[in-house]
Amino acid sequence: MNDQPRIDLSRPVSDEVRQTTCYMCACRCGINVHLKSGKVSYIEGNRDHPINKGVLCAKGASGIMQVTAPSRLRAPLRRVGPRGSGAFEVISWDEALETAVSWMKPLRETAPRKLAFFTGRDQSQSLTGWWAQNFGTPNYAAHGGFCSVNMAAGGIYTIGGAFWEFGQPDWERTKLFVMFGVAEDHDSNPIKIGIGKLKARGARVISVNPIRTGYSAVADDWIGITPGTDGLLILSLIHCLLEAGKIDLDYLAQWTNAPLLVNGAEGAEKGLFARNAESQPFVIDRRSGHPSPWDGKGVQPDLGAEWQGDRTVFRHMVEEYLKPDYAPETVADRCGVTAGRIRALAAELAEVAFEQAITLDRPWVDFRGNAHDAMPGRPVSFHAMRGISAHSNGFQTARALHLLQIILGAVETPGGYRLKPPYPKPIEAHPTPHFVTTPGKPLTGPHLGYVRSPDDLALLPDGSPARIDKAFSWENPFSAHGLMHMLIPNAHAGDPYRIDTLFLYMANMSWNSSMNPARVMEMLTEKGADGEYLIPRIIYSDAYASEMVAYADLILPDTTYLERHDCISLLDRPISEPDAAGDAIRWPVLEPDREVRCFQSVLLDLGARLGLPGMVNEDGGAKFKDYADYIVTHQRRPGVGPLMGFRGDGSDEGRGAPNPDQMERYIANGAFYQAHVPEAAAFMKPWNAAYQDWAVKLGFYETPQPYLFSIWSEPMRRFQLAAEGFGPRQPPDHLRERLKRAMHPLPVWYAPYGDEDAAFGYTVHALTQRPMDMYHSWGSQNAWLRQIKGRNALYLPTKIWEAQGFMAGDWARVSSRAGVITVPAAHMAALNENTVWTWNAIGKRKGTWGLDADAPEATTGFLLNHLISELLPDKAEHRGHRLSNSDPVTGQAAWFDCRVRVERVAAEDHARGLSEPSFPQLPDPPRAGGGRAQNFSKSFAKSFRKLLAPVEGKR
Amino acid sequence: MHPAPSVILFSTLSGLGFGFLAFLGAGVLLPSGWWAFFLWGLAYGLAVAGLLAATFHLGNRKNALKAFSQWRTSWLSREAWASVATLAVLAPMALSDWLGLGLPRIIGQLGAVLALFTVFTTAMIYAQIKAVPRWHLWLTPVMFLSFAIAAGAMLSGAVWAPLALLAVGLVLLALWRVGDGAFRRAGQTLGTATGLDRIGLPTLFEPAHTAGNYLLREMIFVVGRKHARRLRLIALVLASLLPALILLLPLGWAGVTLAALVHLAGALAARWLFFAEAEHVVGLYYGVRA
Amino acid sequence: MTALPGATERRLGLVVDLDTCVGCQACVTACKGWNDQGHGLSDQDAYGANPSGTFLNRVHSYQVAVPDAAPQIVNFPRSCLHCDDAPCVTVCPTGASYKRAEDGIVLVNEDACIGCGLCAWACPYGARELDADQGVMKKCTLCVDRIYNDTLPEEDREPACVRTCPTNARHFGDFSDPDSAVSRLVAERGGYDLMPEMGTRPTNKYLPPRRKGPGQPSPLAPLLDVKATGIAGWLDRVLGKI
Repeated sequence: MNDQPRIDLSRPVSDEVRQTTCYMCACRCGINVHLKSGKVSYIEGNRDHPINKGVLCAKGASGIMQVTAPSRLRAPLRRVGPRGSGAFEVISWDEALETAVSWMKPLRETAPRKLAFFTGRDQSQSLTGWWAQNFGTPNYAAHGGFCSVNMAAGGIYTIGGAFWEFGQPDWERTKLFVMFGVAEDHDSNPIKIGIGKLKARGARVISVNPIRTGYSAVADDWIGITPGTDGLLILSLIHCLLEAGKIDLDYLAQWTNAPLLVNGAEGAEKGLFARNAESQPFVIDRRSGHPSPWDGKGVQPDLGAEWQGDRTVFRHMVEEYLKPDYAPETVADRCGVTAGRIRALAAELAEVAFEQAITLDRPWVDFRGNAHDAMPGRPVSFHAMRGISAHSNGFQTARALHLLQIILGAVETPGGYRLKPPYPKPIEAHPTPHFVTTPGKPLTGPHLGYVRSPDDLALLPDGSPARIDKAFSWENPFSAHGLMHMLIPNAHAGDPYRIDTLFLYMANMSWNSSMNPARVMEMLTEKGADGEYLIPRIIYSDAYASEMVAYADLILPDTTYLERHDCISLLDRPISEPDAAGDAIRWPVLEPDREVRCFQSVLLDLGARLGLPGMVNEDGGAKFKDYADYIVTHQRRPGVGPLMGFRGDGSDEGRGAPNPDQMERYIANGAFYQAHVPEAAAFMKPWNAAYQDWAVKLGFYETPQPYLFSIWSEPMRRFQLAAEGFGPRQPPDHLRERLKRAMHPLPVWYAPYGDEDAAFGYTVHALTQRPMDMYHSWGSQNAWLRQIKGRNALYLPTKIWEAQGFMAGDWARVSSRAGVITVPAAHMAALNENTVWTWNAIGKRKGTWGLDADAPEATTGFLLNHLISELLPDKAEHRGHRLSNSDPVTGQAAWFDCRVRVERVAAEDHARGLSEPSFPQLPDPPRAGGGRAQNFSKSFAKSFRKLLAPVEGKR
Repeated sequence: MHPAPSVILFSTLSGLGFGFLAFLGAGVLLPSGWWAFFLWGLAYGLAVAGLLAATFHLGNRKNALKAFSQWRTSWLSREAWASVATLAVLAPMALSDWLGLGLPRIIGQLGAVLALFTVFTTAMIYAQIKAVPRWHLWLTPVMFLSFAIAAGAMLSGAVWAPLALLAVGLVLLALWRVGDGAFRRAGQTLGTATGLDRIGLPTLFEPAHTAGNYLLREMIFVVGRKHARRLRLIALVLASLLPALILLLPLGWAGVTLAALVHLAGALAARWLFFAEAEHVVGLYYGVRA
Repeated sequence: MTALPGATERRLGLVVDLDTCVGCQACVTACKGWNDQGHGLSDQDAYGANPSGTFLNRVHSYQVAVPDAAPQIVNFPRSCLHCDDAPCVTVCPTGASYKRAEDGIVLVNEDACIGCGLCAWACPYGARELDADQGVMKKCTLCVDRIYNDTLPEEDREPACVRTCPTNARHFGDFSDPDSAVSRLVAERGGYDLMPEMGTRPTNKYLPPRRKGPGQPSPLAPLLDVKATGIAGWLDRVLGKI
């Protein structure tokens, strides 16, 4: 038809494309940022990028609205009114930095621990940690403790790598994929891409999750388990598999500590590995029946050995899990899953792992020197995240799941779960915690590490915790990510001691990042008898007007993610794939239009002004111009720096001298770099000599680090021994019993601590999930994302909905031992019948994030945090000690232990229509304002139309 | 559908105006001089006011002239032509009546046919919309035409005007009766809208966006059952029964004026209901109808 | 012009896989971003109490009561279906709304649109939204400014929603070619039309969720009665297998 209008089908998209890394969540996808007339016009995924391969999530594609958000802070601020009042004055950067230095310098010279530096959604932990180490304070961590440290630690202590984003199923080959407690967690786009691959070829996906949304919605089968019982279900699956003999004996014998002998003699060594004269654990060789080295060439370890009264780990394991305690019929009611379904799931796992096994024709040589013709594969894979880890039994549950993978022979084999470099990495290759302070001196090593025995705990000579968050103490010995959620409560209580200055980065502690935020707000504003705040000074850096801003004394405004340098480093949390190590950068694709600075540059500037080692030259001048300069020139070890690519003359990979052109090379390469794992090294990595050599070449470690998977955890047993009274370092009495139970060397299940609330009438589980289209608080300021999810409701299962006669539009009064909220209610059928839930962090405080005070986020939006205490309820057995509401092994915040009671509030009885509790409106801090330019020429016509247009109706 | 004042005013006033124009054109009433000027002026005024109101419903009025281009397919375009043609054809007749030019009545009769056709095109704008089952009925043009004819008869002082008004009432009753079952008869459910009837019975879990949008404002309007019943009664009484009764009283032109005003109020109520009660199938996606 | 072109040379459209869509909303904002680019799709009260904006693609979420099975959640993306018998085209008084003869894409010529909203009324699927700032009708263009765009690399010449979809639940192609990937998907997976009784003959097709539920593996037979033989018996039996 020739009267169709002619349209320009080949209009150039933009003037220029700049490739950088997304920061709309922690996924770190590659993005193409299109610029028109110097402004961002469009953002899409980078097709060449290993993480997202061109796709981009709802948040990433909305990044443009983050860069124009009116909530952006515009200049450094100093508090002028009372803390929490939100009264600020704008100051210069010089003044801001000098103020910070004048607070911190005396602390460093007298008592470095009085500075606590904690970072929230920090993607530069190798810098921030190094800075804190050089400052000399033991009090540093990022947000892993309230995020998912159980997942990280449970994995690293068991298989030397974790779920989270540190590995992934062999998406190309797996035939059965089972998820436990996975919502929009790490790893966001890669998991979606993976599920898409499975769906395309019709592979089977099963989700174990109380809530059937998102990935669980597309799963071919859904098991709506009772929260906190995943570990029990998993151990029951192990029971079934053992009972049927459906386990990979060869895998267990060769690659795990199953054949090691466990000391059976009563005393201080009981339960530790029996060791030979060279202090090495050993196995019994089936061929000779004699002890042989665990890493000896040609040795055929006997899984069932018993030698001089010592039995193998395998025997201990079998004895434990064949107990009727783990029979499906025993656990069914507790898990809310019928015995038949448990048995059917076990049968399905066995069927795929053993009857549908695959083999990759790739010859390889193991670390013992044994050559193998091929790589046998078990095409069963698993993933798990917060749903299992945010419980007080999450560490052991994560271990249980890894044990399930191990007995199926499905870790690091084709079709199974594959780790991403620099993982696998045994705990022996990780540091231990460092915490000893000397005024004016740095710590002797990094803060965070992996504890092997009570000797590694961060305790002062008097036995009290050395860290303000009590990480690496008897209360939570393996707290590898610290306990950020206990920072403010402990600092406020002066337990274990008082601090002077709290230095926070990107952490919304007076709102959704804290348990019991109402109480935290009080803690931040309470004064002692001397009229001084109990937490005397607070410095905060954020790019946006978050709830936390009002509670700081000094604000160091950060840039948005398109205005900054960053490195996503192998020293930290890289962007690797199972087949390639990868790292990436951000660079300023835009120049900031306000008085803001990249926080990491500010940190280096502060470091130089404080004269911190590594940050000043011999003449005392600043060593680094800015963060970009640090990224390129800093060396953590000789030849190893933040970025692995284009080192030396530009051709070195992993190791090499700093290359001044490195940043430019990264930009030219799409802002990332990949070092590919050789094909023969792609599987069986912990034991594959080719992989180990490659890892050393890349600089992950200095010598090959082969190891056995830890079914039996000797570090855990050492703590149990201490709790039993053995050894020089003894736990306080009030923690003995829980250490004995929680630190069992085999994965075990115990009821989450929150379950005790049921006796008080709080029988219902309350959970949150992160929406796929909203990243915590950040999304609320985004004009597009907040239209998708600007309101949240509490979803009630049919049983509760009907029993109480709930109707659409009703509210729910939800109470726990910690608090009460009244919130909008809605019905959901595809939900565990004893569970309620809502979307995470939709609720906002009035006056924050650049939103109008009557925005739905601030009126009906709500947080479950008000129902969750940071401390366990007092009990006689605590003997007056404050115990954190956390996993007893890692200190992971036990968000999902929350137990509540739900009562209907009829719509007509809640006429105000506002969620409760509500908090006074915060004044708007000086911020960028504006947002996207509005078309004023249209506004007259618009308001005229408004006159005739309907009054905004029902919705 | 959202009962926007602009479309309610448009369809009611233009219906009234074109109905009256038809009667004036046909010569049911043969005014002359300033009386003719007044009556023709009233008819033109109502019709033009209606058309102007309609333009307020437009998002982009500067292109309004383009609306004449698609008369082959679009009822709205046909309405544009019909209304302009009516106004143009009847202009000489109006002048003739006013100034006593004595032009042949056939012009007026042609204009009368065009005027009623205009009302029909207006009705077809709604009746053609399959996605609104309550509108997609032959009764819709009948209703629009009955209103126009009754209004014309009433304003022309025709003796049978009370009967025409009563007919309006009957048509309204029929339209409500038939319309109430129309959505169900159309057979569309959330199941067919999503195709999920293949696997079970779908209901809304979460809205696509928690924020508002054009569709929700424009096409999804829920009127309470009780409220609707009351309004129907009001519409019936005001648009039909009461003006018919008033016309039967010996009140002369005062009676006609009073009846017309009462009828107008009733017509507005009926037209409000015509929009407010009409459910668009898109509401299914928003869980308005399961 | 608002007459429909009859049979078009090609029938371009989308297949949406409801068995794979996890409801992540990526396509929603990718669409918004591409079609906005700073001026195309406005938002009102963006940071206020009643935000509202123009989106050409929205993803709903439904719960489905399934006979004899656990209730399900199905995420349901909804955008223009580029119907063969598009009622939104024939109602348009100005000719702004049209269906392209060469590929069947239904478009709005904004220069001719008067914003009367009639096309939005005529569409059973809610595919059209009147932009409150510009007063003209907006709808999915199937990214007609991408799919033929010579300035884009070949692989990027697909709609923004398809390019961004992380689970690959959206497929773009020519339905007039029975061998195209989209045609094959529809044939293999039982792709269907929405509200076929509306007589619109949509081009876009939806793939139904696959049947869900427990697998039917053969039950695991215990090796032997552990209670009777004890662990030792079990060990002998298992380890004898090595």
